[in-house]
Amino acid sequence: MADQTALEDADIGGKANRAVVRDALGVGVAVGLSGFAFGVTSAGSGLTLLQTCALSLLVFTGASQFALVGALAAGGSPFTAAAGAFFLGVRNAFYGLRLSQLLALPRAVRPFAAQWVIDETAAVALAQPTRRAARLGFVVTGLSLYLLWNLTTLLGAVGAEAIGDTDAWGLDAAGPAVFLALLAPMLKTGTERAVAGLAVLLGLGLLPVLPAGVPVLLAALAAPAVLWADGRRRGQGDAR
Amino acid sequence: MNVWIAIGVTVLGCYAVKLAGLLVPEGALERPVVKRLAALLPVALLAALTAQQTFADGQTPVLDARAAGLAAAALALVLRAPFLLVVAAAVLVTAGVRAMGAG
Repeated sequence: MADQTALEDADIGGKANRAVVRDALGVGVAVGLSGFAFGVTSAGSGLTLLQTCALSLLVFTGASQFALVGALAAGGSPFTAAAGAFFLGVRNAFYGLRLSQLLALPRAVRPFAAQWVIDETAAVALAQPTRRAARLGFVVTGLSLYLLWNLTTLLGAVGAEAIGDTDAWGLDAAGPAVFLALLAPMLKTGTERAVAGLAVLLGLGLLPVLPAGVPVLLAALAAPAVLWADGRRRGQGDAR
Repeated sequence: MNVWIAIGVTVLGCYAVKLAGLLVPEGALERPVVKRLAALLPVALLAALTAQQTFADGQTPVLDARAAGLAAAALALVLRAPFLLVVAAAVLVTAGVRAMGAG
């Protein structure tokens, strides 16, 4: 089925490219604009303008950035705060595993491409039927998101005082809405839905008892758990 | 100074894991079970993140206006709305519910 999609994609060429660019820009612009919420939150947590912008420029993985400033604001030590942010960032390694295969990047390019390996670029690239489209999606999403995320971080940090209570503007709902929009197209079969359901239970259930960042990592265990249960069920069906 | 230490450690750690994923040799990913797992891990992580950012305040589970915002985003997704509209729906509904004094 994937092969057929690939052939059709080759047939429509330019039209398909425009569709990829449109999708990638949609994600890049929407998520890029939410850098504003990060800038506001970070400045509100007591970080300086330089510190806030350094995070967006150099860390560039939103959930980790929010986790870090949240932990620092809550009075966490620099190392616990960084550990939480790091644990959240570990998921990017899994995206990288899939992307390196899909994009087939030359070794010399990888250190540069690595900075753009995040939820959004992975979701856009993985949704494409061909390598060409995946590369295009990755670059357009990465570039538009990186530029906008850093620009809006700066604006948010500068404007934090002018805007007052950011929660009153509902900006804290942007993050989860973005994650949900990225997740929705992945929920195709019962297996995926089971993984998502179990991950939600683990992520929320473990939240009160473990340090920030750790529950999300443990929720990732939903994937091997469901896969193992699936395999067992199928194994019993086989007459081996 | 403490903040800069936290930033430095986070920058190095987050970049290292991004690069590590890209540098794993391709042969290591040939097994079907590894491929399947790599496809399912983002599902688990995104689901857990969505839930935590909607239903948690720090380490405390809560139910507030963000839940209404997320429901609006889900509805927009079911109606096949474009990405920006999905996020806008969540922000506007959350702000609206808070303006009415709930959550």
